[in-house]
Order: sequence, then structure tokens, then C-alpha cells
Amino acid sequence: MNIAIGRHHEDASKRGWQYRLHLDAPLLFTLIGVCAYGLIVLYSAGGGSIEIVERQLVRLGVAFTGMFLVAQVPPRMLQRLTPWAFVIGVLFLLAVLIAGETSGGAQRWLDLYVVRFQPSEVMKLAVPMMVASFLSDTRLPPNRWQLLTAGVLIAVPMLMIAKQPDLGTALLIASSGFFVVFLAGLQWRLLAFFTVLTTAAMPVVWHFMHDYQRQRVITLLNPESDPLGSGYHIIQSKIAIGSGGLFGKGWLNGTQSQLDFLPERSTDFIFAVLGEEFGFLGILLLFAFYTIIVVRGMMIAVQAQDTYTRLLAGSLSMTFCVYFIVNTGMVTGLLPVVGLPLPMISYGGTSIVTLMASFGILMSIQTHRKLLAT
Amino acid sequence: MPTRLTLKDHLFESRLIMQRAILLVVIGGVLCLILFSRLLYLQVVEHEHYTTLSEDNRVKLQAIPPNRGLIYDRNGILLAENLPSYRLEITPEQIDDMDATLDALSAIIEILPNDRTRFEQLVQRKPRFESIPLLFHLSDEEVARFSVNRHLFPGVDITAGLARHYPQGPLAVHALGYVGRIDEQALKDLDSSNYRGTTYIGKIGVEKTYEALLHGKVGLQQVETTAQGRVLRVLNRMAPESGHNLYLTLDSRVQRAAEAAFGTFSGSAIAIDPENGHVLAFVSLPTYDPNPFVNGIDHATYAALKGDDRQPLFNRALRGQYPPGSTIKPFMGLAGLELGVTNTHSSTYCPGYYTLPGNERKYRDWKRTGHGTVNLDIAITQSCDVYFYDLALSLGIDNIHDYLGHFGFGRATGIDILGELPGLLPSREWKRRRHNQPWFPGETIITGIGQGFFLVTPIQLATAAAALANGGHILQPNIVYAGQAANSSALIPYAPRLLENITINNQSHWDHVINAMINVVHGARGTARAIGADSPYRIAGKTGTAQVFGLKEEEKYVAAELDEKLRDHALFIAFAPAEKPKIAVAVVVEHGGGGGSVAAPIARKILDAYLLGSKP
Repeated sequence: MNIAIGRHHEDASKRGWQYRLHLDAPLLFTLIGVCAYGLIVLYSAGGGSIEIVERQLVRLGVAFTGMFLVAQVPPRMLQRLTPWAFVIGVLFLLAVLIAGETSGGAQRWLDLYVVRFQPSEVMKLAVPMMVASFLSDTRLPPNRWQLLTAGVLIAVPMLMIAKQPDLGTALLIASSGFFVVFLAGLQWRLLAFFTVLTTAAMPVVWHFMHDYQRQRVITLLNPESDPLGSGYHIIQSKIAIGSGGLFGKGWLNGTQSQLDFLPERSTDFIFAVLGEEFGFLGILLLFAFYTIIVVRGMMIAVQAQDTYTRLLAGSLSMTFCVYFIVNTGMVTGLLPVVGLPLPMISYGGTSIVTLMASFGILMSIQTHRKLLAT
Repeated sequence: MPTRLTLKDHLFESRLIMQRAILLVVIGGVLCLILFSRLLYLQVVEHEHYTTLSEDNRVKLQAIPPNRGLIYDRNGILLAENLPSYRLEITPEQIDDMDATLDALSAIIEILPNDRTRFEQLVQRKPRFESIPLLFHLSDEEVARFSVNRHLFPGVDITAGLARHYPQGPLAVHALGYVGRIDEQALKDLDSSNYRGTTYIGKIGVEKTYEALLHGKVGLQQVETTAQGRVLRVLNRMAPESGHNLYLTLDSRVQRAAEAAFGTFSGSAIAIDPENGHVLAFVSLPTYDPNPFVNGIDHATYAALKGDDRQPLFNRALRGQYPPGSTIKPFMGLAGLELGVTNTHSSTYCPGYYTLPGNERKYRDWKRTGHGTVNLDIAITQSCDVYFYDLALSLGIDNIHDYLGHFGFGRATGIDILGELPGLLPSREWKRRRHNQPWFPGETIITGIGQGFFLVTPIQLATAAAALANGGHILQPNIVYAGQAANSSALIPYAPRLLENITINNQSHWDHVINAMINVVHGARGTARAIGADSPYRIAGKTGTAQVFGLKEEEKYVAAELDEKLRDHALFIAFAPAEKPKIAVAVVVEHGGGGGSVAAPIARKILDAYLLGSKP
């Protein structure tokens, strides 16, 4: 035990303000860095409009406040709240499917009279929390029945969100659940089995896909097949990134971005703006920020003191990793277009708050560790 | 659960999660490496390719059409100009429902069905971000009405451009011509790069002949555009080179007087400066207003012009081929004198008809009672046909063909307006070729008075008259006096072009014929004495009457009894002042009747307008 915990021991005097405020300095400063970087890119993507930056700043303010508040909640209390959050989240999803507001072709919003919000955002946190909570109460690695239960816990909200349809979020939720199960020691045999099963299920998934989703897959395989239709996004974003070269065309000088050739340039395709104006080096900088965040998150996971927090921290960090890999893969034409923003760079509302809340959880896990004497 | 077990599990789980976490980070790292290689491929390996694509996206080449050169008359009076004109243009990309938009627009501004059809065809052909003209030449009122309602029509715009306008309207339209919109056919024959952005091209007349000069050189600009095709800024500009201005030889004062002098008659008149071949007046009547042609004449107006019996679109001056009638007699007389077939003293008896030896057929004189004994002077003055029947027979068709050929009959004068016809100076060779028949002596006889196969165009007749006036210099008639490069005040004159110098064997022969022509106008029995009496300067002239309708031998020609369409053409050639000619004219009045009574007074008005400067 001493060996196990002693590794995590840190001198009380070193802890200082981080522990009092329940903030993690490496994570916090990297987040601030990447958000500032995002604002710079957003200013350009918005066509030099300061308004869009101001609105994003307000959102970031809310998001950082949210993060700070979440960080104050001890992990033990989070675990106690987990089943409630999960059940309420599922109920909300049900409500969305029955009475949700349609926006942009998909039912995602629930009007609560006070705020309109997307219950799917809550589930991004509730699902990994729920699965982690469930599996941490059992002996690892989980047996088949436990895996089945975990599978149901993941699949139910995921399918409900996919039905809205919001493939991007469904994908994130599925991966966050999967990461918990994987970290909990999912047997390799079973992993292989699930992989085969998923591959076999592809035609079935194809069958249930919406036309526009199918089109996106076709577009990925051959964007030039419909250069003015669905292939346009990908073609233009590849031109933007490719023409950026190593050093980029310079801030506010991206012709693809500034002259409207790049669609969705302040939201899902903002990565192409960054690639065009700041080049490969600018992208390296972004990935440096992201890598620090993921690595720091995984450090927090392995340093955590119980199974629940380890599983949760690991899952949240890796989900973030999926988040930006999927977005950049999509913008560079490696993955089909799924509606996922570039985390902390894209202009957008609810998702940034959820994302920062997840970092709040990481910080809470890191700073609520018990001090154990050696 | 026993504590020991939990602790054991705890260690195991901690190690398990650690392993799995490291595995995940490694997998994440591998994915990032895949992404990096993708980015390196896009941004380094294919960088050039994508840079090109991005430039193609952003930079578009736009043509700036040059301003078309202006056309003035010799005194600097504007004949063709470019006026600002407002066009209504629509950018299809910005229109959701084109039909609804057009319907709503037509409530404000009238849109004719063929405008709409033409527009809809263009919409199919052009890129959606390019604005397409719907209406040309909006009136100020229409512009105002649209401007008030503009907010209702996003994607519909009024643009200002320059449109060709002919301030003098129908004046000299057959010389000046007009421009029209370039059609597909014309585009094939053009240097299409120079015509990028050009709307108009010369269709006929000077506008067509001097198209290359008037048009100028296209300018180009590289513009940066948005994805919607909206121009943001000009990156690079090569200014267009405006077309040359042209100064015509026409004197619009004389032109106007000439056109007015015809009254309601159809016909043609050409006035030439015998010193240099400058065409001072170029009349073909009826005329028409070229302005409706500029932006595409509407069907009804065009059908009316086309269907008009009087054929206003027909360029009589260049393409009207008429028998020269008696106007040929001075040339015949010269031929007789110069070739030694006759002399100024020899005379012929005119009983009012002429017969070939051993042939019953009578060739009538216009005067049934005959002219009695006539010499060349009287024959020209009184226009005796019998004298010239005899002379023609003495000369023979070969001599006639050769000598009159020197005056330019039977071949195009080469005036700088396209579409000229050559007329017809008959010859044995021609007859065999054309009709596969030998030449008959009777045909020589009527050729002698400008009938039969003989056909001339008014421009030929005027050129020949000018040669009589200037002592035998055949000058190519020209309609453009000088050109003027854009941004330059210097006029570049067009040199007169001498086609031929007629050999003069004896100057007195010429003097004799010219003197006879003076007698035509100023002599007591001259056929055009009516215009000579009050003339402040001396005129040398010759009347002519061209038969349209072949009378049977014994029928008497009574003009009044004939349908106007069958009435003879009246002709007159003249130059003045006779001593030092400054102007030569040829007048053809279709179905005018008599040369002396109808054509000569018109010629007199033209001469007056030029020599006296009297306003019509």
C-alpha cells in the first residue's frame, strides 16, 4: 500500500493555491492558452469581427466558471450524484425525442423555458460517470454480465442521441463509455469480438443512416464526385490547409477563409482556417496544447486514488483526444463529415461548457486526493 | 467484502488501469502521427497544387471593354457617340425564385416577352454568379421606379454602361451603318480575346468597315472575388485602349440637304470632291433610324422595315444597279473623239429613230420628231439618242467596253464601305460567258445610250463624273477623312488613292465634252436648263433617263399613265463650278420620270448646299 500510494505523495507545501482552489495549474494554463489561440483564429474566421470574439469570450467565461465550480465538488459526491444525473439525462433525452425543438434538421434542443439546452451534452459526462461508477463497484476486470450491463448503459443514451440525429455526439458518448470499459480491463478476446461485430454491423448501420449521412460517407471516399454539392466542404478545406503550407498565409490573410470559399469556417471547419493562415507550424502548436491536455489528463487518471476516479479521468481525457482527432480528421478529409466542433477553438455554445466541466472533474480528481503520510 | 481482498484488488486494478491508460495514450499518439502525415502531405508535398487551386479560386480575370471610337463628319459634327445607358441585371445565384422575381419586376418595369426569353436562355448558359442583363436602355423614369423598390429585389441591379447612339438618327445611315450586339456567328470570326466584355460590333457601313479601328483594345484586370463571385478589389489592371475616332468625309450639311431634296422619292445621290475622292454626301433613300438596331431591334419594327416595298434597308448607293441612260453620253462622246471615230464637226441627221442597214427594227429617239442635224455638242446638250446610236455602232462594243472601263464602269470602286456591287459594263466576252450568245450589233446601239445590259451604281457614276471633272483621275471614293487615336488630338488623314489616270490624247476633246455638259445646264436648249438659269456658278451636267419598263416599238411613253413603279428612273450627273470643279454629283431618282425635271433640281440643291453653304 505504501508503495502504491507513496508514488502519489506530494509535499503539502508544494500543493499551495492549486489545492486550495482545486485547480490544476498545468491543465488550467494550457486551457487558457488554447482558448486564447482559439480566439485569435476565431477573429479571423469571423471575417475580422470583434463581436464574434466577444460572444465567444462570454461563453468561455461561463465555461471556465463552470469548470471552477465543478472542480470544487469532491469526486465522492460526484459518484453519489452519478446515477441521478444519468437517469435525469435519459429522461431529458426521451423528452427531446418526444417534444424537442428542431434546429438544423435535427431534434436536439429542449426548451426548459428558462434555458434551451441539449440533454445530449449532459450525457457526455453522465455516461462515463455512470459506467465508471458501475464498474468501480465491481471487481476488475468486469465479467460478461457486468460488461453487458455497461453496454446497455452506453447504448441506450447513445442510440437515443443518434436518433435525433446527432452522430458526432453519439460517437463521443460511445467512445467515452468504451474508454471506461477498456480501462477497466476489457478482455482482448471480447474486444476482438466486438470489433468483428461492429464491422459486421456496418451494412445494418448504413441501412439506418439518413441520406445526408450516407452522402457524407460517399463524399469522404470521393469528394470530387460532387464538387459543388456535398464534396464542396472537403475540397475547399483541403485547398485551404494545403495552400497554407508550412508557415501559413498569415493571420487574416487566408484567401480561402476570408473570401467565403470555406464553408462553416468559424464552427466545424475552423481547423482549415488555422491551417491556412498559420500553416503546419500553427497546427503543431495547437497539437502541442492538445497533447499536454491529454497527457496531463492521463497523468491525473493514473495518479488518482480510487478506481472510479481513475476510470473517469482516463475516459474524459481520451474522449477529448477523440474529439479533436475526429474533427481534424474530418477537416483534412480522412474521416466522414460528422458534426463535431474543434474543441475550444470552434465558435459554439453548449459543447464548450460541457468540455470545461469535464476538465473541472479532472481538476477535482487531482486536487481532492487525500494526503497520505509516508 | 473483506478488506484484504479489496486492497489486493486495488493494487491489481491500479496496475491494470495504468497499463491500459498507457496503451490508449500510445494509440492516441499513433492517430496523431497519421494526422501529421496527412497534414504534411497536404501542406508540404501537395502545397504547390493547393496553392494553385486557391489562387484559381480567388483570382478571376475580367475584361474591360474599350470605349468605341466616335464618328464625326468632316466638320466635327457628331454622327456616332457612346451614351451612358442603364441596364437592369440579375445575378441568378442570389435569386430564390426567378419566375416570381421576373413577375414582380414586370409590375414595375415593362419586360417584353422576347426580352424575357432571351434572358432565360442566358441564365441557362452563364455561371450563376455572373450578372445577366435583362433590360437595356432604361429610361430615367424606369431607373427611378426601380430604385425606389430596390430593397424588394436582392440580386437585381442597375448598372451603367455605354451604349452606341446616333444623334443624327437616320441621316446617312447607309454610309455610317450601325453596331449591334455581337451574335454567336460574329464571335466565331472574331479575335474573341479582344472582344471579351464587348457588347457591340459594327454590323454595316463605316461601323463595320472600320470595326478594327473603332473597337480599340480590350483591357484586363485581375480581380479578387469572393466565393459568390463578388469583386472585392482589383489586383492588377491593364487599361483598355479606346478605339480611334473617325472623321468622315461626309458633310452632314450637304448630306441633309441632299436627303431633303429627294422629297418622297426613293433613290440615291453621291457627291464627291473630285480632287481627292472624298465622299461629301452619301444618300440612299428611303433611310431609317439605326438606333433601334443597337440593342436588338424588336421583331415588329424590323418586319416593318423589311417588308416595306420601298426597301429602306437597301443600300442603293452601293448596291442599286441602274441603267445609266443618257448620263453615259459624255463618256461615249469622249470615247468617239479620243479614239478618232468622230470629231467635233461631224454631224448626224436625227429623224427621231435609227435603223441598222438591212434591218427593219427602229431604235427610237426620245424625241419622236427628231433633233434634225446634230453634232456632238448638240447631241449632248439635247441628249440626242440617234447620234449616239450611230457613234456606238462606229465605235463598236469592244472600244466602248475598253474606253468606258477606264472610267471605272463595270467594277467596284472600292469605297471603304462593304457590300458594293460592280454594276455591269457589257462586252462580247461577258455575253458569251453569261448568256453563251454572240454579241449583236443592236446591243451595241442601245449600249450607246446607256441601256440594254449596261448597269451602273450611283457610286460608280459619281466616281466617273468626278473623273470628268478632274481631268481623268479615277480616285477611289473614300468615306473616312481622318482617324484620331485615343488621347491624341492629331488627325491622321487618309491619303486619297488614285486608281487610274485616263490617257488624254487631246485636251480639247475633254474641253469640248465638258463645254457640251455646261450647255446641258446653261444652254438655251439644254435638257437641264431649268437649274442653270439662276445658278450663281456654272454647272456641267448631263441628264439621263433609265428605262424600267420596255415599251413596245410603237407605244408612246406617257409617264402619267404608267404606274409609279414602272415609271423611268431619273438620273443626273454634274460637277461645279465647271471651271474649277469642287464637287461632282450623281443623282438617281427611282421612278422619278425625267432626268432634267426631277434629278437635276436635286443635284442643284446638293451643289448649292456645298458651294454656297445654304442651309436646307
